[in-house]
Amino acid sequence: MDTPLLSISGLTKAYPGVVANDDVSFDIKPGEIHALLGENGAGKSTLVKMIYGLVTPDKGEMRMNGAPFAPGKPSEARQSGVAMVFQHFSLFDALDVAENVALGMENPPPMRDLARQIREVSETYGLPLDPSRTVGTLSAGERQRVEIIRCLLQDPRLLIMDEPTSVLTPQEVDILFQTLNKLRSEGTSILYISHKLEEIRALCDHATVLRLGKNVGTCTPSQRTAREMAEMMVGNSFAAPEARAKALGEILLSVKGLTLPAPGSFGTPLRGISFDVRAGEVLGLGGVAGNGQDELLAAISGERLSDGGSITLKGEDVSRKGPTERREAGLLSGPEERLGHAAAPDMSLIENGVLTAARRMGLLSNGFIGWGKARSFAEEVIERFDVRTPGPGTAARALSGGNLQKFVVGREIVQAPDVLIVNQPTWGVDAAAAAFIRQSILDLAAKGSAVVVISQDLDELMEVSDRFGALNEGRLSQIRDVAGLDIEQIGLMMGGASDMEVAHGAA
Amino acid sequence: MDLSSINPVLLIASLMVSATPILLAAIGEMVVEKSGVLNLGVEGMMITGAVVGFAIAVNTGSPGWGFVAAALAGAALSLAFGVLTQFLLSNQVATGLGLTLVGLGLSSLIGKPYEGLKTPTLPKAEIPLLSDLPVFGKMLFSHDIMVYVSLILVAAVWAFLKYTRAGLILRAVGESHDSAHALGYKVTRIRMAAILFGGACAGLGGAYLSLVRVPQWTEGMTAGAGWIALAIVVFASWRAGRVLVGAYLFGGVTVLQLNLQAAGADVPVALLSASPYLITIIVLVIISARGAHAAPASLGRSFHASH
Repeated sequence: MDTPLLSISGLTKAYPGVVANDDVSFDIKPGEIHALLGENGAGKSTLVKMIYGLVTPDKGEMRMNGAPFAPGKPSEARQSGVAMVFQHFSLFDALDVAENVALGMENPPPMRDLARQIREVSETYGLPLDPSRTVGTLSAGERQRVEIIRCLLQDPRLLIMDEPTSVLTPQEVDILFQTLNKLRSEGTSILYISHKLEEIRALCDHATVLRLGKNVGTCTPSQRTAREMAEMMVGNSFAAPEARAKALGEILLSVKGLTLPAPGSFGTPLRGISFDVRAGEVLGLGGVAGNGQDELLAAISGERLSDGGSITLKGEDVSRKGPTERREAGLLSGPEERLGHAAAPDMSLIENGVLTAARRMGLLSNGFIGWGKARSFAEEVIERFDVRTPGPGTAARALSGGNLQKFVVGREIVQAPDVLIVNQPTWGVDAAAAAFIRQSILDLAAKGSAVVVISQDLDELMEVSDRFGALNEGRLSQIRDVAGLDIEQIGLMMGGASDMEVAHGAA
Repeated sequence: MDLSSINPVLLIASLMVSATPILLAAIGEMVVEKSGVLNLGVEGMMITGAVVGFAIAVNTGSPGWGFVAAALAGAALSLAFGVLTQFLLSNQVATGLGLTLVGLGLSSLIGKPYEGLKTPTLPKAEIPLLSDLPVFGKMLFSHDIMVYVSLILVAAVWAFLKYTRAGLILRAVGESHDSAHALGYKVTRIRMAAILFGGACAGLGGAYLSLVRVPQWTEGMTAGAGWIALAIVVFASWRAGRVLVGAYLFGGVTVLQLNLQAAGADVPVALLSASPYLITIIVLVIISARGAHAAPASLGRSFHASH
């Protein structure tokens, strides 16, 4: 058992402008569940893509059972015994389970034998699945089972699972963990990618933590607290925020007991969220992705209506009003997904400007669009936010991510909203543009707007926010002043509200 | 009117002949659509098959060579469609419509010298014993070889899609070309093969019109049969068995209304002439209204492997 199953040394992969993996080394032993832990953008996905042969490393080497291992494509990795369960499934809805499994195998047996094998494997590993069911009718958890069984039928030595629990219900997570434990006891190694600390503590033997593409340490999760691991993930690099003296105005946005069911099988329900934001204030909301960020933004922007009385804008109940009415009343929003949510990809910047600014900026007259005004509005956004584009007539799709982000955030800020809520305002944006966007958020607040910034970048939140709260499974932690917050307290807030009392005791 | 003049044995026998062109075109198009490609050029490929098959049969004196040439001509036309849509990523609907226009124009050009000529036609392939059966022998077992070929083709397509791995891969490509590509299947190559098969089938269907059913060449003789084939594929929910039902229903009503017209039925001729189109579509709509609409999920979407 001394030779590691997979040994990774000095693996480096750079993309233009970003080093996704920088000299990463670690070993996976036979029969262990090894966690790969890190924030979004820490380089986890790039690393497993290299192991699975989807991406070729720039430097470094991998050894499988001591022999050099350099898969050029996924089928070579599969032949070496590496199997991968994708985060986004690669299934065919209209085909049945057995057909889907057959399509993912190199040499599938005849259908009747395959159906029997699927039944056997599904019973052995406690993954109930009927081979004749149509995949389109399956739940997210069952669909994942199809992928897992597809992998298991090929007797993998290393099973890679990319955030497998992000789409599962708690019951399904339990079933999955039992299966993984059984696989481990049979000697299969599992590389388990996640950023959910409690899961990793419950399941994994070892954990390698990545931060900004670097391996910042390996630990034994069961001997560490979630807090310690959160610190490793987030790092101590950020500057402690300073208190900002500010004259705060009246409450502009008030959310009380906001509760909404999950929008679909992949969503997170919102559970009793309450907070106030005052004029001149920036409220930062942190938390690991998928804990209700998108749902909260949709509820506040008006994409989803909530119970009467739960959202109050300048003293007026807007919970039952749609996005257009809320925009008119001064509540603007910038969702995370630039292409397809914040902007229509194939429409020009002028048209995209009209989409959210039509009424507030008076771009309409008698139901007709005043294109002259629309053009000057788009040009104003482009000029003030330094959007690099050939002109306002360019399609949104043609802009680089950073420039489009400047446009969609700028489009809302130019409208001088009373309340602005943005999700991931600087996601995938280069440092200079990000700094500019943050400064404009601060300027907006200084002029007397109330701003809610949802982000997974803690440094960013510390820089722009006056107060900070964290979302965890659709609940909002207690909101605290940023001044005086330290990394331990933030880690606890992100880990869940139940730890909060301890934090108070410690502080 | 004199209904007794309608002989049920002859009616069913001529029904099978009447339905064969549409059946051939529809089963080919079904395979194309199962792979996720929408080729609206069936009418154009059929009429090109009709004129090329006719010309070759007249010149060689062999209807067999006529059918071979018609299949090749249909496939050649569909190859143009395939290159445009699969490699140059043109819009499938517009390209298919263009293919129909090209086929109609091309066929008039090629067919001009052949108008009014006679062609050798396929002999009846009497099946020993079976064709001697009373009533059924004449009804079902005294047809030319292409009628049986079309039926065998339907069965073969059904079995291919249901039981073979290649058929499964073809369906998978039509369902989600991205997933299929991720699993390492050659999406474009598989679709090209399906498009060529569909073109060849449409060509055969057209040649059956000009060489057996009519048998003569007249401009525009397909008269919308290609469009009916397309409609049948959709309303048959992309199932081989239902395509057969739809095609035979259309053929049956066509023959029946002709017989009714001859018998002097007291119904406007225009309504009788329209009845095959109406009845086929109504019946298939009723069938497809029940149960799932199994349209291939990637139907009509362009695929480009960007990674």
